[in-house]
Amino acid sequence: MKKILILLLGITFAANIMAQDVKLPNVSVKTLDGKTINAQDFSNDGKPFVVCFWATWCKPCLMELNTMAEYYEEWQKETGVKIYAVSIDDSRTSGKVLPLVNSSEWDYEVILDVNSELKRSMGVNNPPHTFVCNGKGEIVWQHASYALGDEQHLIDVIRKITVEEK
Amino acid sequence: MKKIVFLIFILVLCLQGYSQGIFGGKVTGSFQLDMQVSREDSVIGSQNVSEKFLSNGFANILYTNGDFSAGIRFESYLNPILGFAPQYKGAGFANRFASYKKDFLEITLGNYYEQFGNGLIFRSYFEPNLGLDNAMDGIRIVARPLNGITVKGIIGKQRYYWDDIWKTDNGLVRGGDVDLALNDMFPFMANMVTRIGIGGSFVSVYEKAPVEYATINDTLYRLNIPENIGAAAFRLDVSHKAFNLFAEYAQKGQDPNTQNKYIYRKGEALFLTAGYSVKGLGISVAAKRIDNMNFKSRRTELGNMLSVNYLPAITKQHAYSLMAMYPYATQVNGEMGLQADVMYKIKKGTLLGGKYGVDVKFNYSRIHSIDRQQIDEKTPLYAKGTEGYTSDFFKIGDDLYFEELNFELGKKFSNDLKTTFMYSYQTFNPIASGHEGFPFVYANIFVLDGTYRLAKTSSVRAELQFLFTDAQGEEWATGSWCQATLEYNLGGKWFAALTDQWNYGNETGDKTHYYNVSIGCTINTTRIQLSYGKQRKGIMCIGGVCREVPASNGLFATITSSF
Repeated sequence: MKKILILLLGITFAANIMAQDVKLPNVSVKTLDGKTINAQDFSNDGKPFVVCFWATWCKPCLMELNTMAEYYEEWQKETGVKIYAVSIDDSRTSGKVLPLVNSSEWDYEVILDVNSELKRSMGVNNPPHTFVCNGKGEIVWQHASYALGDEQHLIDVIRKITVEEK
Repeated sequence: MKKIVFLIFILVLCLQGYSQGIFGGKVTGSFQLDMQVSREDSVIGSQNVSEKFLSNGFANILYTNGDFSAGIRFESYLNPILGFAPQYKGAGFANRFASYKKDFLEITLGNYYEQFGNGLIFRSYFEPNLGLDNAMDGIRIVARPLNGITVKGIIGKQRYYWDDIWKTDNGLVRGGDVDLALNDMFPFMANMVTRIGIGGSFVSVYEKAPVEYATINDTLYRLNIPENIGAAAFRLDVSHKAFNLFAEYAQKGQDPNTQNKYIYRKGEALFLTAGYSVKGLGISVAAKRIDNMNFKSRRTELGNMLSVNYLPAITKQHAYSLMAMYPYATQVNGEMGLQADVMYKIKKGTLLGGKYGVDVKFNYSRIHSIDRQQIDEKTPLYAKGTEGYTSDFFKIGDDLYFEELNFELGKKFSNDLKTTFMYSYQTFNPIASGHEGFPFVYANIFVLDGTYRLAKTSSVRAELQFLFTDAQGEEWATGSWCQATLEYNLGGKWFAALTDQWNYGNETGDKTHYYNVSIGCTINTTRIQLSYGKQRKGIMCIGGVCREVPASNGLFATITSSF
């Protein structure tokens, strides 16, 4: 009971102080061609970007990425947005990420988070989980799960940021 | 306990400091709570739950301030929901750490997760939905002294439920890993089309030797069990234009343990993947050979806890429930197998591709035993205290463990209607679920899945699944099945789903309907889901690891959230 109280205390404090300008954590991940990059360095020349957690075995994730792929060109022209697709596939399925990305003709920045370090440090419980960062790299919106139509909410958020930042 | 209170105190202090503008710092976190009320049902075999109400929960709180971060995780299993090990019963802080990153160095104290290469000799990870956590408790150092060079060092002990691991005799795990990305290291290679990465790792586990005896050729011997068990792995990663190749080879020293029946044979693992992919086409082939690679920080441990390494199954990870009815799990004592994937997009505007194009996916895998021969005529296979067996590296063993062929078509008819058709043929040796010597299960499985957009942000999804098999009369083989699912999504916030899984082909038992109704709501990162119905006894597999889940009948609720 004592422990639970302490936990509640922690959460209350945490909630009180929750800052708006949370940035991406200092965690190293890999790109598809084997380069190590830090999540802190995700950026888009001062324009908003999206960080989307997914896995090759996650049906709603594939639906989300496939649906966004249909609009990606349009969205980029309109808002300049960039999408980071962070795969949490472990070594069982991480070999399928590159062929899947290519055969699906996705133009995202694909990132491998093979032992889920970034996933854990961003508080992601289950994929899909989508974050929107503003031009300064601050997380301004996030959403767990995907159903057809959620991409419309996402682009509305991005449009709002684009307008605000202009 | 004192330490934890102290940690909280520091955390709170930091937070208060923040509000006064002395410290910066951010707090993030996540939370999950599963609740279950299950009733007895003799037909599906769900048992009476005497405490009526079961729940599993965890909350992560992470504090970050520039280069410093610290976190705690509180877990509660009051009492563990069905399918979780009873040893989890209880509540408390299961995980705490502090980490500092400066320049090229990162130091973590307390609990941490890490993986070397593919994990063949070391992987520490957390899979809460499966009740898996082999977090290390100790020190981790990661250094990136020069571009392209990563050096890691770890030392510590692994979590074992709620045990105070420092008071147990569980093994101490030590290891190191070096990863070199040659193109980033050498300026002259920076712009080369060919990218090369190499890596090597070493892990050693120290555990006191128990007193064990074995009778070999009618003589009783006291076994000389090694106290330090070492394992090493090397890897190579090459990509050139559309081609890529990844290879990792690992060896483990003598490690007599319960899983391998106390034999002295060395362990060995090889994992190879090769791929070719261009826009619209992806091909990947994987091969694997595992020989005596059970590696735990306690010799007598069986099952999923205290694993030092991770041996991925090279079979498809299914998303549809009837396709996943017969899942394969890696046989750590030995197996060899192949997997091939071809993914192709038929271009839009062609005869077959239609207006939007068609996604075609093909997958095949086949897993066998490894070759095993007696060490001499007198000594049977796996005789305790001996080498156990000899094996020809390239010879395929006689026993088929698993074979599967999958074919998938994804077709979009309009911006509002998307469909998937999938077919799978599976040959399942019950040995994969721990039942040796039973007849194989052969199954043909069909799935049709369609999503239709009703309005800008609402949709319906329907799913039909059929599993045809003649296999009857065992707990895991009860004839054919079919399943129908209907799901409705409203405005990206609400959803409702109806599922019925019907064991219509059961000739030796009841043709049970496993119906399930769920409703849920997602608001940003908070998701609440409520289900009522029956759940089939079987294996639940996530992330390549499987866990038995018992039959249940009743109410299930889940809340997840993160901030």
